[in-house]
Amino acid sequence: MAYVTDRKRVTGLGSARSGTQQHWTMTVTSVALLLLTPFFLVIIGGLLGQPHADVLASLSRPVPALVVAAYLVVGMHHMRLGMQVLIEDYTRGLSRKIGLIATTILCYGLAAGGLVALAQIAL
Amino acid sequence: MVELTLPKNSKVRTGKTWPKPHGASNLRKFQIYRWNPDDGENPRVDTYWVDMDSCGPMVLDALIKIKNEIDPTLTFRRSCREGICGSCAMNIDGINTLACIYGMDEIKGDVRIYPLPHMPVIKDLIPDLTHFYAQHASIMPWLETRTQRPEKEWRQSIEDRDKLDGLYECVMCACCSTSCPSYWWNGDRYLGPAALLHAYRWIIDSRDEATGERLDELEDPFKLYRCHTIMNCAKTCPKGLNPAKAIAEIKKMMVERQL
Repeated sequence: MAYVTDRKRVTGLGSARSGTQQHWTMTVTSVALLLLTPFFLVIIGGLLGQPHADVLASLSRPVPALVVAAYLVVGMHHMRLGMQVLIEDYTRGLSRKIGLIATTILCYGLAAGGLVALAQIAL
Repeated sequence: MVELTLPKNSKVRTGKTWPKPHGASNLRKFQIYRWNPDDGENPRVDTYWVDMDSCGPMVLDALIKIKNEIDPTLTFRRSCREGICGSCAMNIDGINTLACIYGMDEIKGDVRIYPLPHMPVIKDLIPDLTHFYAQHASIMPWLETRTQRPEKEWRQSIEDRDKLDGLYECVMCACCSTSCPSYWWNGDRYLGPAALLHAYRWIIDSRDEATGERLDELEDPFKLYRCHTIMNCAKTCPKGLNPAKAIAEIKKMMVERQL
């Protein structure tokens, strides 16, 4: 039991003076994904079932490679921010911090892995 | 960590079934949450039968009738009986609303009444709103001015006054905040729809001179940005207000001052 007033409990550590940047970045990446997703689906959808050599040839061209790379970077950044919201919603304390670190490693790791693979194909 | 089940001592059990009134032909079944902090028992749901031929049309009429004629220990808040004071907010038929303006004709089958969800219960249908009121106090719910004059009346155009419509009508019943999953999980830090609607009411007031400070105080991942536009608040508000829209307007202002 802590002898603190209700007002002090509500005030806590005060305002973090942050959150707007994340909110705006989520909005911007959402718009970017809205624009990129149709192109990504057309490019990847068209490659489904194609021979390995054709897939490599297609992803070696600048425009498809650029779209896939942009989709990877923007998508993983958006996923990182979205998962941060989920983790902050449902966890507390140490598990929240571990969750945020793990999510960051996962999302940016996936983006980096995808970019390296794409570079190996395209270059 | 979010809790998806009730603690052992909060599990709701079947309670007492009170006798039907003699000679009544038009009976309605009420199932009401009961909990007494003094008896050490788990919460229970008691069953009451109310003669609808001698009862008013609103849920609060039935609650008062039960308290007067069947079980005087049933405890609930009420005052104005016309949706102005916000005292009789409770969960009726699965919806947070005011018992005084919720007609029993809107309910099919048994009438199930619980306290507002996810709040500590003081007794029966009375939630502890201490934290909720402290959150309201924290947003400075008053006109904040720096300019010394005019000393008395601060004028406002009709257009600026119109901006307060849909905001000033909030009676702080807590129906919206207690219907919000974000408030359930993070109510200790998230201010909730009611406090944020009131915050916007003062942010948008043309006479207020503390707009920037108000936005500064709200700019926080938890105080404001736990709102995920779930919209339960707008759906449940017994006054027909839209706290989610007010919160979205605050977010827009936050972005506006950064770009």
